[in-house]
Amino acid sequence: MNPELIRGLLYIVASIFFIFGLKMLSSQATARRGNLVSAVGMLIAVVTTVTAMEDIRWFWVVFGVGLGCVVGVLAARLVKMTAMPEMVGLFNGFGGLASLLVGWSEYHGQWATSGTLSLFTTIAIFLTVLIGAVTFSGSMVAYGKLSTLITGRPVLYKRQNLVNAFVLGALAGLGVLFCVQKLDQLSSAGHALVYVELIAIIVLALILGVLSTIPIGGADMPVVICLLNSYSGLAACAAGFVIGNNVLIVSGSLVGASGIILTRIMCKAMNRSLANVLFSGFGSATSAKAAGYQGKANPIAASDAYFILEAARNVVFVPGYGMAAAQAQHAVRELGELLRSNGAEVRYCIHPVAGRMPGHMNVLLAEANVPYEMLVEPQDVNPTMETVDVAIVIGANDVVNPAAKEDQASPLWGMPIIEVDRARTCIVLKRSLNPGFAGVDNPLFFKPNTRMLFGDAKASVAALVSEFKQ
Amino acid sequence: MELNATTVPLLFFVFVLAMFLGVELIKKVPSQLHTPLMSGSNAISGITIVGALVASGHEGGTAVATLLAIVAVVFATINVVGGYLVTDRMLEMFKSKAKDGGKR
Repeated sequence: MNPELIRGLLYIVASIFFIFGLKMLSSQATARRGNLVSAVGMLIAVVTTVTAMEDIRWFWVVFGVGLGCVVGVLAARLVKMTAMPEMVGLFNGFGGLASLLVGWSEYHGQWATSGTLSLFTTIAIFLTVLIGAVTFSGSMVAYGKLSTLITGRPVLYKRQNLVNAFVLGALAGLGVLFCVQKLDQLSSAGHALVYVELIAIIVLALILGVLSTIPIGGADMPVVICLLNSYSGLAACAAGFVIGNNVLIVSGSLVGASGIILTRIMCKAMNRSLANVLFSGFGSATSAKAAGYQGKANPIAASDAYFILEAARNVVFVPGYGMAAAQAQHAVRELGELLRSNGAEVRYCIHPVAGRMPGHMNVLLAEANVPYEMLVEPQDVNPTMETVDVAIVIGANDVVNPAAKEDQASPLWGMPIIEVDRARTCIVLKRSLNPGFAGVDNPLFFKPNTRMLFGDAKASVAALVSEFKQ
Repeated sequence: MELNATTVPLLFFVFVLAMFLGVELIKKVPSQLHTPLMSGSNAISGITIVGALVASGHEGGTAVATLLAIVAVVFATINVVGGYLVTDRMLEMFKSKAKDGGKR
C-alpha cells in the first residue's frame, strides 16, 4: 500500500483517539482512561510523523525529545498540588513557544532558499507566529502572577489602551506587508526586509501577550488560563495550516474550542463579559475605593467556634484561594471528618471561579482525600441555605460577597455567589478584614450572624480540630 | 500535503468541523473536572510537536531552520509529556477516593 495513504489513515486514527480522549475526560468515571487514550493518540501521531520525515537528523530528534521528556517528567512529578495552576500555565506557554518556533523555522527554510510561498502559507505563518508568541508571553506573565513572582494585582498605567492600540495597529500593518510578499521575486534588500518584518512581528506579538495579561487581576486568572489554553490550541492549528497537516488542525481546534467553552463557563460564573475581564483592570486600586462598608465585625475565638460547630447538624465548607495559600486542605478534611463523626452532614461548596484556575479547589480537596461526592456546586446549596447550621468560609471572599446581590454599585453586582449570609451562622476564617483579591469590600463580615475567626487558615482549622479532639 | 486550491478548502473544512465537534464534546463537563480537562487539553495542544518534527526534517533544510525546529521539539515534548503526566496525577487523586473512600 502507498505509505502516504497509510500515514494519512494513521493520522485519522490519532484524531479519533484525541476525540474519544476528550469525550472521556468530561466524565468522572472515565476521565483517567480518557487521558491515557489521548496520550496514545499523541504517540501514534508522533511515530507516524517520524516515519514520514524526508531527512531525519536522528541525533537531534532523539536529543530534543529526550530532553523534553526528562524535563516534562521531572516537572510533572515534582510539582506540588498547590502549584498546579502555574505549572499548567507554564506548560501551556511552552506549547505556544513551540508553535511560534515551528512557524519561524518553516519560514526560515523557505526564506533562505528563496522558495515560493503562497499567500495562504504566509498568512498561516503570520498567524502561527502571532498566536504562538501571544500564548507564550501571556502564559509566562500568568505563571509569574500565579507563583507570585510578580504582583497579582492588575498592573495599570496611563494611556494603556493607546499603547495596546498602537501595538495592535503595528502588528496588523506588518502582518499585511508580510503576507503579501513574493519571496521569489524580491531584490536582495527586499529579501532582508521581509525577514526583519517577521522578527518585528514576533517581538510585537510577545509584547502584546504581556500587555494583554498584566492588567488582569489574580482573581480573574481562571479566565485568563482558559483563554491562553484556547490560544495554544489555535496556534497549533495554525501551524497545521503551515505544514498542511490535518492532525494538527483537528487537535488544535479541539483544544481551541474546549478552551473557549471553559472561558465562557468562567465568565458566566462571574456574570461578566470576556471583554470586561480582559480590559477593565478589575480589582485595581481605583475600583476598590467605590465600596467601603461600615459596621462592627464580631470576632470569635476557636474555643467558642467549637461550641457552635459541635451543635451543628448541617455544615458547609466554602473554600477559596486562602485555603490554597495556607495549604490548609488536609486540616480542612480532618475537621470535616470530625464533624461527620459528630453526626453532622458535611458538604464542600465550590464556586466555579474559586482559586486561581478552573477547578482549583476540587484538585486540592481531592489531594486531601475528600470524597468526590461531598463536593457540591453553589446551585446545590443555595436553595436550602436556610437549613445550613454553619457555613465555614475558608479563605474565600468575593465568591461569598453579598454585595453581589445587595449593592448595585458594587463591581461584583450580579455575580452568582454562594449565599452563606443566609446560613444560620457563618464563620469566616480570615487573616484580617482586608478586602479580597478583587479589592472589593465585603459586607458579609459585618452581618449579625457572621463570626470572624482571625488568623492563618491552617492554624485556625488546626485549632478547631484540636478542640474537637479534647 | 501540497497546499493548493483543492487542499486549502479541505483543510478549512476539517478546521470548521473540528471546532464544532470540540464545542459539542466539552459542552457538558462537571465543574469538578475543569482542571483535568484543561490540563489534558493543554497536553493535546502539544500536538505542535508533529509540526516541529516535520520542520526539523526537511531535505536540505538550513542549520538555522533545523535548530529552531529542534528547540520547538524540546518545548513541545515538555508540553506533551508534562501535560499528560500532571493530568494523570490529578485524576489519580480524584479516582482513588471513589474506590477506597473511607480508608483514610
